[in-house]
Amino acid sequence: MGSPTHPGAPDRAAKNRQTDAVVCDRLVVSYGAFEAVKGVSFSASHGEVVALLGPNGAGKTSTIEVLEGYRRRSGGTVEVLGLDPARDHRDLVGKIGVMLQNGGVYPTLSPAKLFELFSGYYPDPIDTNHLVDVFALGDAVKTPWRHLSGGEQQRTSLALALIGKPEIVFLDEPTAGVDPEGRVAIRSVVAGLAADGVCVVLATHELGEAERIADRVVIVSDGRVVAEGPPADLVSDAGGARADVTFATSDGFDVGSLSESIGTTVVKIGPDRYRVDGAASAETIARLTAWMARHGIVLNDLATARTLEEAYLEILRGERG
Amino acid sequence: MKALRAQVRAETYMTFRRGETLLLTIGIPVAFLLFFSSVKVIDTGATRPVNFYLPGILALAVMSTSMVSLGIATGFERGYGVLKRLGATPLGRPRLLAAKIITVVVVEVVQSVVLVTVGVALGWRLEGSAVAVVEAVGVALLASIAFGGIGLVMAGALKAELNLAAANGLYLVLLLLGGMVVPLGKLPGVLGTVSRLLPPAALSTALRSALSSTSDVSLHSFVVLAVWAFIAPCVAAVTFRWE
Repeated sequence: MGSPTHPGAPDRAAKNRQTDAVVCDRLVVSYGAFEAVKGVSFSASHGEVVALLGPNGAGKTSTIEVLEGYRRRSGGTVEVLGLDPARDHRDLVGKIGVMLQNGGVYPTLSPAKLFELFSGYYPDPIDTNHLVDVFALGDAVKTPWRHLSGGEQQRTSLALALIGKPEIVFLDEPTAGVDPEGRVAIRSVVAGLAADGVCVVLATHELGEAERIADRVVIVSDGRVVAEGPPADLVSDAGGARADVTFATSDGFDVGSLSESIGTTVVKIGPDRYRVDGAASAETIARLTAWMARHGIVLNDLATARTLEEAYLEILRGERG
Repeated sequence: MKALRAQVRAETYMTFRRGETLLLTIGIPVAFLLFFSSVKVIDTGATRPVNFYLPGILALAVMSTSMVSLGIATGFERGYGVLKRLGATPLGRPRLLAAKIITVVVVEVVQSVVLVTVGVALGWRLEGSAVAVVEAVGVALLASIAFGGIGLVMAGALKAELNLAAANGLYLVLLLLGGMVVPLGKLPGVLGTVSRLLPPAALSTALRSALSSTSDVSLHSFVVLAVWAFIAPCVAAVTFRWE
């Protein structure tokens, strides 16, 4: 998949990389007496993919909407490309791309008509044929948006966010409802954007996607940032030395007997899936696999690495006490 | 200009492809004109029924486009998040509004051509002067602003489905009270008095005067339309919620 934002244009990645495109400092957003965002701070650089994670109502969308210029802040400071999104909205809109969670697209227009319309908004839009190719919309290009599949709708929305060659892209749940093939395509586009020096800020519930595509994640809970960093760092920080061993087997066995034999508690955590409590030491793994071999039990999966999802849940549990 | 042109193209494309819009803005007015001009339902006092009904149905056409069609479409665009999404493009609200106004005018021109053609086929002839036709266009534009304001007040405050029902309900009420198919003189007491203060009655009366040689457009009609054309958009500007 080619570079979606600047086909044939000089790469500006080197020029822009690692300069702050977004600076959010102690942001507060209130709706009447309710404070939805309570001092969120983070930054995002050109060429960086930053994912905002958090449960529903955590304040992710409110934060992004302030950055997009949709919503006024109640406190703190925000800069997007050195501009104030509320005050300088007109100067900013030509430089940002936005993908809303629920589309925000004329339902009766086809991708071809939508591309034609949105091309008219920008002085130097991407060639629409290129977008059709990059987003694999050839078969659906004349189909009204409301008749497209979920994946085609998401890809069309993403293409519309990129049509003006933005320097920053805000994506709200870009892979929601998208099939695996579509996810790969969207992941590839996001990676291409970052390589071109575009800053990508996305909000998502899909932690696996965030782990795959984000350079950095910002976990927001109850209007506050509770963790921030590269996914790998968050995973190791949250787990520390006590990353659990998990394994899967469809063979039945005596959990108590295994626990006694390897000297630590084994817990069933799902259908055919188990967790060995305690540190994931080489000794534990050796004792576990030896016991399995002795009893003729086939291991389907054995993992010691934690996922971002596990780290995320642990971080949130810690926050909630 | 490029953004405005693109938006006008899209708005007119969508408007003329919506079956329900075509039914409302062209199908129903043409059907009413044909029916009421051919079947004597009410004594209008006119020498030819079409002389009474064509100005009234033109007023109905203006109302259906600038209030009902504009309001319903805008309400759904708001519900779908389209207006919110457009807010993050360089189009801007003034150009979006300008595109909608231009589209309304384009549809009204098409409606007028169709209805006048049908009217001529039914025996209608212009009796007013060229100045009177300019007056008719002027009051139609003033009424479009007033109706557009009313449509946008509802579109900006109500949920899309509720707005759809409210706009259609209001359309029916104003059709009966607006002097379009029922002469205002036939309305009882206070209902007739109230109707004369509403934009549909002011528009139908003004068009009837302008397109005939019997009277000039009354100051009363101009004032009523001007007041509504000022108040309704102002209320819409204050109350409209973009998402």
